Amino acid sequence: MFMKSFRKTTLGGWLKRSLATAIIAGAVALSAPAQANDTIKIGFSMALTGGLAGAGKGALIAMQVWAEDVNAKGGLLGKQVELVYYDDQTNPATVPAIYTKLLDIDEVDFVVSGYGTNLIAPAMPIVMQRGLVFPSLFGLAVNAKFNYPNYFQIMPAGPEPMTDWSRGFFEVAMAQDPPPKTIALVGADAEFAKNAVNGARTNAENLGLEIVYDESYPPKTADYTPIVNAIQARNPDIVYVGSYPPDSVGMVKAATEVGLKTKMFGGGMVGLQFASIMTNLGPKLNGIVNYDFWVPEPTLKFEGVEAFLAKYQTAAEGQGVDPLGYYLQPYAYAYLQVLEQAITATDSGDHAVLGEYIRNNSFDTVVGNVSFAPNGEWAKTRTLMVQYQGIADNELETFTKAGTRVVLYPAEWKSGDVNYPYAE
Amino acid sequence: MFTVDLLINALIAGVLLGGFYAAVSLGLTVSFGQLNIVNIAHPAFIILGSYIAYMCNSLWGLDPILTGIIFIPVFFLIGVGAYRLYYESFERKDDEALRGLAFFFGVMFIIEVALIMVYGVDFRTVQASYIGQSWKAGAIGVPTRMFVPFCVAIAMFTVVFLYMSRTFNGRAIKAVAQDRLALQLMGADPVKIKQLGFGISIGTAALAGALLIIIIPVEPSVGRLYIGQVFAIAVLAGLGSIPGTLVAGLVLGVAESLVSTFFGPSWAPAVAFGILLAALAFRPQGLFGR
Repeated sequence: MFMKSFRKTTLGGWLKRSLATAIIAGAVALSAPAQANDTIKIGFSMALTGGLAGAGKGALIAMQVWAEDVNAKGGLLGKQVELVYYDDQTNPATVPAIYTKLLDIDEVDFVVSGYGTNLIAPAMPIVMQRGLVFPSLFGLAVNAKFNYPNYFQIMPAGPEPMTDWSRGFFEVAMAQDPPPKTIALVGADAEFAKNAVNGARTNAENLGLEIVYDESYPPKTADYTPIVNAIQARNPDIVYVGSYPPDSVGMVKAATEVGLKTKMFGGGMVGLQFASIMTNLGPKLNGIVNYDFWVPEPTLKFEGVEAFLAKYQTAAEGQGVDPLGYYLQPYAYAYLQVLEQAITATDSGDHAVLGEYIRNNSFDTVVGNVSFAPNGEWAKTRTLMVQYQGIADNELETFTKAGTRVVLYPAEWKSGDVNYPYAE
Repeated sequence: MFTVDLLINALIAGVLLGGFYAAVSLGLTVSFGQLNIVNIAHPAFIILGSYIAYMCNSLWGLDPILTGIIFIPVFFLIGVGAYRLYYESFERKDDEALRGLAFFFGVMFIIEVALIMVYGVDFRTVQASYIGQSWKAGAIGVPTRMFVPFCVAIAMFTVVFLYMSRTFNGRAIKAVAQDRLALQLMGADPVKIKQLGFGISIGTAALAGALLIIIIPVEPSVGRLYIGQVFAIAVLAGLGSIPGTLVAGLVLGVAESLVSTFFGPSWAPAVAFGILLAALAFRPQGLFGR
C-alpha cells in the first residue's frame, strides 16, 4: 500500500517537476542570450585573500563604484556593465586559469588586470595570444619584456618605471645644500621591492652617490633592528627603502627606536599610504619622504576625485578595507574610465580599434589627465614624493587634512617644502 | 664593518628576537613534540590570538599582553574541543597520519576565512606605551617593543616548564606519546592527558598572538609565513623539550641578528636553516632531545 502510494506520488511529482523544469529551462534558454546581449562583461582576477588582499579588496570596491556610475548613466554602448571576477588569492599560479575561464567559459567582452606586478604578469601570455586590450592596475615594469602594444598600465610610474619610481626621491635629495654623498639601499627580496631598489641603485650610480649599504632581506623578517643598526653604522646621508606593508612598519619602528641619524629616509615603502598603518605609526612618520599617488593636497584636486572618494568611503564602511581609499582606489576607478572612454569614443568593442585609440589619445579621469607611452606606462611620471609633516596624533581624521603629506615632487604638483634633515 | 657596539646591539636584538621566536614555537613543541599531533594550524591560532588582542586594544584600549593572559583559558578550552574532535574523528580510528594533517589544514583555512569575514583583509596593529620606545646607554639600545615580549616569553616558558616538570599531569603529558600503556597503568587516561596537553598548546597561542601583533602588523594569512620557522625551532629543540625550544629560539634569533648585521639580512634564513640541517646531521634528536 505504502509502496503503491509512494510510486504514484513520485510519478506524479516527477511529471510535475519535469514540466516545471522544462518551462524554466525554456525560459532560461530564451532569456540567457537576451541577457548576454544586454550586458558588457568585464572580467578580472583580484587579490581578495592573501598578502595583497587589503589593497585588492579596496580596488574591487572602487571598480564596483565605477560600474554603478556607468550603469546609472545608461551603461556602455547602451548596455549595462557587469563585472565578473574571481579571487586569485594573491597567488600568481591561479591567474592563468582564471583568465582562461573568464574568456572561454564566462565569455567576457573585456579583461582588465588584477592588482600588482606578480599577478599581472601571469595573465599576459593569454591576453597577448588573443590580442586583447589589457588595462592594468599597479604593475611595475611588467611590459618591459613582453613589449605588448595593447598593455596600458594606470600607475603613474612613468615611461621608465624602474628609475622613474625613485627619481623624485633623488631629485629632492640632490636639491639640498649640501647635496648628499652617500646612500644606503635596502629592500625586500621580492619582485616589486627588488625592481624599486634596482631603479634606485641606477639613479644613485648616475648621480655619483657612494652606495655604502646595499642589501635585501627575506619578506618574513620579524625584527628590523639589526638592519637599521647596520645601516646606522655606515652613517649614510640618505636611506632608500623598498618594502612591503609589514616590513615598512617594522622598518619605521626600528628607525625610531634606534634613532636613525640620516638626512632623508623612505622612498619606496608600500603600506605607509594605508590608513590602518598611518594611524598606527602616527607621529613616527614625521620626516619620512616616500612615494605616493594621491594625497588630499590642494594641488591634486582632480575633477571627480572627491566625489569618487565619498562614494568609496561609504561603500567601504564595515568591509574591513582601507576606509580612506587614497592610494590605489582612485586608480582602480580610473583604469576602467580609460576603457570606458575609449569604448564610447570609438563606439566599438573591437580590441584593435580600442588599442589604437588608447595609444593615441589622452583621458580625463579622477586621477587627472592620463596618456600612455609606447610601452603602455604613463607618458610622463607622476610618482609623487611626499613628506609626512606635523603629525601629532594617531587619529584617522589627521590624515584626511592637507599638510600632513606634503607633495615635494614633481614640481607641477608641489604643495610644500621638505623638512631636511630627517633626523631633526 | 665591525664595531663592538654593533656586536652588542646585534646580540641584544638576537636574544630579544629569539625569545619571541621561542614563544610562538612553544605550543607546537607541546603538540607536535610531546603529543605527536602535527598541528599545522598552530600559526593560525596565534593569528587568532593577535586579532583578539587587536579587538580588545582598539575597542577598550586593553594592553595586548593583558588580553593575551585573559584569553589563555578561552584558548585552552578551544584546544580541548579541537583535540576532542580530532580524537573522535581520526586518532581513535588510527587515522590521524594523513587525514589528521588534512584536518588541521582545514582548521587553518577556517580560521583564516573567519577572520577575513569578521575583520576584512586590512593590516591590524595595536597601540601600547612600550611600542616605539628604547632604552639607550651610549650607542647601545634596547627597544622595549622587543624587550617586553621577551620578558613575557620567559615568564610563559617558566610557568609551562614548571607545570610540565613538577606536576603529575605535566609529566603525564610528556609521557603520553612515549608509552600510553605505562601511563594507563599509572591510573591516567591518555585521552584526557592529551586533551589537557593540546589545551595548553593552544592556550599559549593566545599570548604568543599578542606578542606577534606587538612586533608586526597582522592580516589573516600572515601566519603561513612563519610555519617553517616554528617547525624548525621545534625540531631543532629536540622534539618535546621545553628548555630546548627556548634555547633553539635564542640560537636562531642570535644567528639571524648577527648574520643580518654583519653579512646582510638575505643570508639570515640560509644560516638559520643551515644550523637546523647541521643539527639534524650531527645530532638528529635535536639540541635537547634524548
